[in-house]
Amino acid sequence: MKRYVYINDDESSQELYCDNRISNRKYTVLNFLPKNLWEQFSRFMNQYFLLIACLQLWSLITPVNPASTWGPLIFIFAVSASKEAWDDYNRYLSDKKANEKEVWVVRQGIKKHVQAQDIHVGNIVWLRENDEVPCDLVLMGTSDPQGLCYVETAALDGETDLKTRVIPSACMGIDFELLHKIKGVIECPNPDKDIRRFDANLRLFPPFIDNDVCPLTIKNTILQSCYLRNTEWACGVAVYTGNETKLGMSRGIPEPKLTAVDAMIDKLTGAIFVFQIVVVMVLGIAGNVWKDTEARKQWYVLYPYEGPWYELLVIPLRFELLCSIMIPISIKVSLDLVKSLYAKFIDWDNEMIDQETSIPSHATNTAISEDLGQVEYILTDKTGTLTENRMIFRRCCVSGTFYGNESGDALKDVELLNAVAGSSPDVVRFLTVMAICNTVIPIKSKTGAILYKAQSQDEDALVNAAARLHMVYVNKNANILEIRFNGSVIQYEVLETLEFTSDRKRMSVVVKDCQNGKIILLSKGADESILPYAYAGQQTRTFIEAVEQYAQLGLRTLCLAWRELKEDEYQEWSLMFKEASSTLVDREWRIAEVCQRLEHDFEILGVTAIEDRLQEGVPETIETLRKAGINFWMLTGDKQNTAIQIALSCNFISPEPKGQLLLIDGKTEDEVCRSLERVLLTMRTTSSEPKDVAFVVDGWALEIALKHYRKAFTELAILSRTAICCRVTPSQKAQLVELLKSCDYRTLAIGDGGNDVRMIQQADIGVGISGREGLQAARAADYSIGKFRFLKRLILVHGRYSYNRTAFLSQYSFYKSLVICFIQIFFSFISGVSGTSLFNSVSLMAYNVFYTSVPVLVSVLDKDLSEGTVMQHPQILFYCQAGRLLNPSTFAGWFGRSLFHAIVVFVITIHAYAYEKSEMEELSMVALSGCIWLQAFVVALETNSFTILQHLAIWGNLVAFYVINWIFSAVPSSGMYTIMFRLWRQPSYWITMFLIVAAGMGPVLALKYFRYTYRPSKINTLQQAERMGGPILSLGNIEPQPRSIEKEVSPLSITQPKNRNPVYEPLLSDSPNSTRRSFGSGTPFDFFQSPSRLSSSYSRNCKDN
Amino acid sequence: MSSNTPSSSAGGAGSADSAAPRRNSKRPKYSKFTQQELPACKPILTPRWVISAFMLVSIVFIPIGVVSLFASRDVVEIIDRYENVCVPESFRNDKVAYIQSDADKICNRTLRVKKLMKQPIYVYYQLDNFYQNHRRYVKSRSDSQLKNNNSQDDVSSCKPEDNTVDGKPIVPCGLIAWSLFNDTFNFSLNNQQLAVNKRGISWKSDRDSKFGKNVFPNNFQNGSFIGGKLLNSSVPLSEQEDLIVWMRTAALPTFRKLYGKIERDLQPNEVIQVSLENNYNTYSFNGKKKLVLSTTSWLGGKNDFLGIAYLTVGGLCFFLALSFTVVYLVKPRRLGDPSYLSWNRNPGGH
Repeated sequence: MKRYVYINDDESSQELYCDNRISNRKYTVLNFLPKNLWEQFSRFMNQYFLLIACLQLWSLITPVNPASTWGPLIFIFAVSASKEAWDDYNRYLSDKKANEKEVWVVRQGIKKHVQAQDIHVGNIVWLRENDEVPCDLVLMGTSDPQGLCYVETAALDGETDLKTRVIPSACMGIDFELLHKIKGVIECPNPDKDIRRFDANLRLFPPFIDNDVCPLTIKNTILQSCYLRNTEWACGVAVYTGNETKLGMSRGIPEPKLTAVDAMIDKLTGAIFVFQIVVVMVLGIAGNVWKDTEARKQWYVLYPYEGPWYELLVIPLRFELLCSIMIPISIKVSLDLVKSLYAKFIDWDNEMIDQETSIPSHATNTAISEDLGQVEYILTDKTGTLTENRMIFRRCCVSGTFYGNESGDALKDVELLNAVAGSSPDVVRFLTVMAICNTVIPIKSKTGAILYKAQSQDEDALVNAAARLHMVYVNKNANILEIRFNGSVIQYEVLETLEFTSDRKRMSVVVKDCQNGKIILLSKGADESILPYAYAGQQTRTFIEAVEQYAQLGLRTLCLAWRELKEDEYQEWSLMFKEASSTLVDREWRIAEVCQRLEHDFEILGVTAIEDRLQEGVPETIETLRKAGINFWMLTGDKQNTAIQIALSCNFISPEPKGQLLLIDGKTEDEVCRSLERVLLTMRTTSSEPKDVAFVVDGWALEIALKHYRKAFTELAILSRTAICCRVTPSQKAQLVELLKSCDYRTLAIGDGGNDVRMIQQADIGVGISGREGLQAARAADYSIGKFRFLKRLILVHGRYSYNRTAFLSQYSFYKSLVICFIQIFFSFISGVSGTSLFNSVSLMAYNVFYTSVPVLVSVLDKDLSEGTVMQHPQILFYCQAGRLLNPSTFAGWFGRSLFHAIVVFVITIHAYAYEKSEMEELSMVALSGCIWLQAFVVALETNSFTILQHLAIWGNLVAFYVINWIFSAVPSSGMYTIMFRLWRQPSYWITMFLIVAAGMGPVLALKYFRYTYRPSKINTLQQAERMGGPILSLGNIEPQPRSIEKEVSPLSITQPKNRNPVYEPLLSDSPNSTRRSFGSGTPFDFFQSPSRLSSSYSRNCKDN
Repeated sequence: MSSNTPSSSAGGAGSADSAAPRRNSKRPKYSKFTQQELPACKPILTPRWVISAFMLVSIVFIPIGVVSLFASRDVVEIIDRYENVCVPESFRNDKVAYIQSDADKICNRTLRVKKLMKQPIYVYYQLDNFYQNHRRYVKSRSDSQLKNNNSQDDVSSCKPEDNTVDGKPIVPCGLIAWSLFNDTFNFSLNNQQLAVNKRGISWKSDRDSKFGKNVFPNNFQNGSFIGGKLLNSSVPLSEQEDLIVWMRTAALPTFRKLYGKIERDLQPNEVIQVSLENNYNTYSFNGKKKLVLSTTSWLGGKNDFLGIAYLTVGGLCFFLALSFTVVYLVKPRRLGDPSYLSWNRNPGGH
C-alpha cells in the first residue's frame, strides 16, 4: 500500500486525499443528539431507567406521577450531554483555530497566503522561524546552506530538545526561486502513526537533476504540530494532511477504564435488579390472586369481571414501577460528582507539588481514584522514575587506569587532570570520542557560553564532562565539527552517523580529521555490544572488570572505542550504506547489517560510568508501599547488574540472608524452560518462609517465557512479590501488565518516558512522572506526579480515602432507596396488594434527589484515620485492597439495615397512626419524616470525622426537609396542603419520631459499639489509638534509614576488584538447595545486613486475618 | 549521593509550603478545604459515651411512656359492633341479600357509659377490612371537579364512575364519592334526643379550599347500582361534611371516620339509646362495622401503642446500658491497644 505524492501538481491529488482540515470532534451539530443518546443508552442503568420512565407513561399502572422519573432522568442526561457538548465545542474551537491559521503555500507557482485547512497533499508549504508545522511535510529546502533545520517536537513526543532535520540529498542546492516550480513524485507508505519511521523515496522530475531515486527517512520530514526553531525558513511538500498525519493517526480515544469499585457496584446493582424482579413476580402473582378472590367481594372497587387481555400484567408492572426506586437513579450523578472532587483534591494537594519545578500533581482521569486504594501490583520503570534521570559523569577507566574511584568524581581526579594536561594520547582519544561521538548540537548563547542540545541524557553528560576536561565541543557547522582542546582548535568532518538503535545498542560516527585526512570510526555503546568486537589481541579484561564494578555501584556504563579506517574500506562501505538507507523494505534491519560490517576490530579506549541518582524518598516510598501489601515489579530497559544494584539501593529487594534472587535466563527454549521450572520450584518451597524472594528475568528469556511457557510464568508471577525485568521492550512491559491483569490483580504502572506509554495505558492505573524524558508518559497517564515519592501519598491518602468514601456513598445510596422501597412493599400488603404508593410523587422525587443525596455528598470530607496514622501504618491499606468495605457481605449488612429500618418505620407509623388518625397523607408524611430522621442519624453514625460542613449538611438537611414541606403544605393545590402544619402541632407526631429514631438506631448503635470494642477491625483499633493519643507514634515507625549506598559500598568494592564471582551463580543444578545461593560471594553486600530494618510483612496471607 | 534524613526533608517541605502560593500562580491557593484539613471532631464509641447515651434514652423514654400510657388510659371509649346483630335472625345466612333488599334497616342499640365522659365526645364509625387505600379506589376522584364549578367535565381520573349512562358527568365523580358511607345514627339519652353536632367534623382546610362552595352534586347516584349515600343536590360540596370526611381516604384497612360530636358530658351509668339505620354493605367482604364514642386526650384517641413502645424501648435501653456496664467492668478492654494490630503482634507477618 503506497501513496504517490506529486509535488506541486495542483490537480492530480486534490480529490485523492483529504484536505488539511483537522477534526477532533466526536459529534456534528446534526448527529449530536442521536449519537450522544445512543452512547448514553448503551449503559445498562440508563436503559433500565428509560424503560421505567416509559412504563410510567401508562397511567393505568403508574403509581406516581411520571415526572418523578422523567425529571431526574432528563436532568442526568442533560448534565452528561451538555458536558460532552461543551468538550466537543472546545475541541471544535481549537480545531477551527488550527484550521484557519494562515500559511504560505505555493499555488500555480506563486506563493500565496491560504488557510491551513486548504493545504492539499503535494502542496509546497513555506514556514518561517517559530511557525507551527500545519501538516506532515517532506523538507525541500531551508535557509541553511547545508539544508539543515531544527525542530522542536515537544507536542509530538514530549521531548524538549531540538532535533535536526535535513533536506533530501536530491534537493540539495536547489535555488530558492526554483523551489516554487519543483516537480517530482514522492513514494511513501500509507498514513500510519509511527512517528519514528518514514521509509519513502523521492524522484524529482526534469529539469531537476535526473531520475535518481533519493531515499527519505524521518530525518527528512517535519511533522505536524512541531515548531521550526533556529532556522530562518524552511519549505516542504505536504505528504500527509488533516487527520491522516502521524499525529492525527496516533490520536485515539483510549478505552475508558472501569474501576474495581465500579465493577462491584454494577454487580450489586445486578443483584438488586434480580431481587427486584423476584419481588415483582411474587407481589404480582399475589396481587392477581387477591384481585380474583378478595377484590371481587370489595364491591366499592367495581372490578370489571371481564378485563382486557393484558389485565394480568397490570399488577406486576405496577409493582415493577413501585420497586424501580430500588436502584437509585441518583447514584450515578452522586458518584460522578464525588469522583471529580477526589480528582480535584489530588490536583490541589500542596504536598504533592514538585518543589523543584513547581509542577502540581494532576489527575487526568477523574473516574478511577478508588482504584488507587486497591492497587496490588506496581510496575515501575527505573530510569527517571526511581532515579532522577539527571546523568552525571562520575568515573571512567581509560586503558586500564581507574579514575575517580577515590573521590567518587573523575572530574576532580588529579591523576586524570594531569593526564589531560599532559595530553596523554589514550586520554585524548578517549575524550575525543566523548566529545564528538554523539548527536549533540552545541548552541552558543549570547553570553558566549555553549549550551548543548542533546537527545539523550547520557550524551549530554559525556559532552559536558569532556568540556570540563578541556575537550570542548565548540561548534557544529553542517558537517564540520570544531573541538577546542587545550587551546588548539581541531576540526573534524562528519562523514556518516550510524545511529543508536535499541537492537544494536551502540552508535558510531565516521569522521575525517581535517588536519591529516585520516578517517576514523568512533563508537560508544553497551559493553556487550562493544567489547566482543575488540581487535584480536586486545586485553579487555580490565574493561570487563570496570564495567562490572561500576554496575555494582549502580552506575550506567558505556564503552568507548575507535578504529582508523582505510580510505578505500570506507568508500566501499559508504556505497553499501547508501544503498541500505534507501531501501524501502526492512530498512532498519539492512542498515544494522551494514553497520555491523564496519563496527568491528575496535580499539577499546575505556569505560565511562555515569551516575543516575535515586530520587529523594524512593526507598522509603517503596518500603511503605511494600508494607501496605503492594507488590513491586521493576521493568527496565537497562542492564541486569545496574537494575539489581538500583533495586538493592532502593529497598526493592533485600540483600542476601533475608532476600533471595532467582534468575531466569537462557537463550533457547529449553534453557529458559529449565530455569523457569527451577525458579518455580524454589518459589513454591520458600513461599512459606518469611523471605523476600524475587526473580530476575531479561527481555530475551521473557520473550520465550511469555510465548511458550505462559502458564508457568503466570504461576511464577502470582507467587512472586518482587520481580526485576531488565532489557525489556515497551511492548513487553505492556505484556507483563496484561499478564498480571489477567490474573485479576489491580495494576499500577508508573513511568516517565515514551517507552512506558504502552504499559501506562495498559495498566488499570497509569501514573506518569513529569520528568526529564518529556511529558509523553505524563500525558498518556491517568495521574501525573512530579516525583516517585508522591506515589505514597497518592495511594495511601488519596486512593484510600477515595475508596472508603465511595464504598460508603454507594452502599448508602442503595440503603436509602431500599428503605423507602421496603416501606412501599409492606404498605402493599395492607392495601390489597394493588400497587398503591404510600408516598406521593413529590416526596418520592425529593427523597431520592434531595433529602438523602445532599448529606451523603459531604462524606467526601470524611476521614476515618488521619493521614499521619495511615502513613505510619500502611498495612491498613489492606482493607481497601481486599475490598473489605464494599463487597457482597458489607452490602448484605446495609441491606439488612434497610429492611430493619423499613420495618421500624412502617410498624411504628401504622400503629401510632391507627384508627381515626389513619389519614393517607398524614400517615405517609409521618413515615417519610421517620425515614429522613433515621437517615440523618445513620449518616451521623457512619461519619468518622465531623467538620462544620458535615454538621451543616446532616442537620441542615433535616431542617430543610421541614422547611420544604412547610412550603408544600402552604400551597392549596398540592396534595400535602396543611399536612405539615397539622403534624407539627401534634405531640404524637414528635413522640413517634423519637420512637422511630430510638428504635431504629438503638440496635445499630449497640451492634456497632459491640463490634467496635470487642471485635475491632484494625481500622477501629487505630482510630481508638489515634483519638486516645496513645503510643501509636512509637509503633511501626518507618523512619527512613539514611542511605548513601555509594559512599559505603565503594571502599568495599574497590578492595575486591578481583572478585571474579559473577553476581549470579547460574542456577544450573537441579536441586532446589543449590538455588538458595543467589548473590554470589555476598561480601560486598554485607553492610546491608547491619542496619536493622523493619520487616516487610506485606504478606498476601494477611488477607486471612 | 547525599543522604536524606527525614528531618531535613520534612523541614524543606514545610518551608516551601508557606512560600508556595506566592511563587507560582499555577498552584492552588492553600486552603483548609482543598487540603482536606478542615478542623474536624472525631467522636469514637467509648464505653462511657455509649452507656450514658443508652442510659439517657431510657431515662427520657420511660417517663414519656408512662405519661402516654396514662393519657391513653384516660380516654373513655365505647365501642359497639353492630353489623351482625343488626341483621334480623332470618337473614343471618344471607346478609348480602338483606342489605340489598328494601327491608327495614332500623336497628336499636343500647350503650352504657362506664366512666365519666367529658365533652366533646366524638362519634366515629369504624370499618374493618375496607380498603380505602386500594389503588383502583384511591385514584378514583377528581380534585379539580370538587373544587371548581367549571371543571365538571374533568372526570377522566374517575373511572369507572365518571359519567352517567347517557354520558353526563357525575358530580362528585369517582368510586370514593360513590361509595359514601350511608349508615345513620340517632342518639337519645333518657328518651331525649341527644344532639350530635355534624358541623365542623371535617378539616377546615378541605372545606375552604378543596371542596367548592358553588359546586353542587349533579347526576349523583343516578345509575342502576347505587353505591352509598345520596347527596342533597342543593347543598354545595363544601358543606357536605360527611363526604369531605369520607374523601380523606384512610391509609389502613381498619379506620375510623368522624360522624359527629356530642357536646355534653356523659355521666357514668347513663344509658344511650342508638337508633341506627344499617344501610351500608360490608357483608359482601365480611367487613365489621362499629360505632365508637370516644373522648380525646393530648395524644389523641385511645391508643396504648406509643406508651407501651416507649416503655419497651426505654426498658431495653436500660437493659443494654446495664449489660454494657457489666461487660465493661467484668472484661475491661483498653481501646486502641496497639497489640491488637496483627502486624505488631506478629512481626513475621503471618
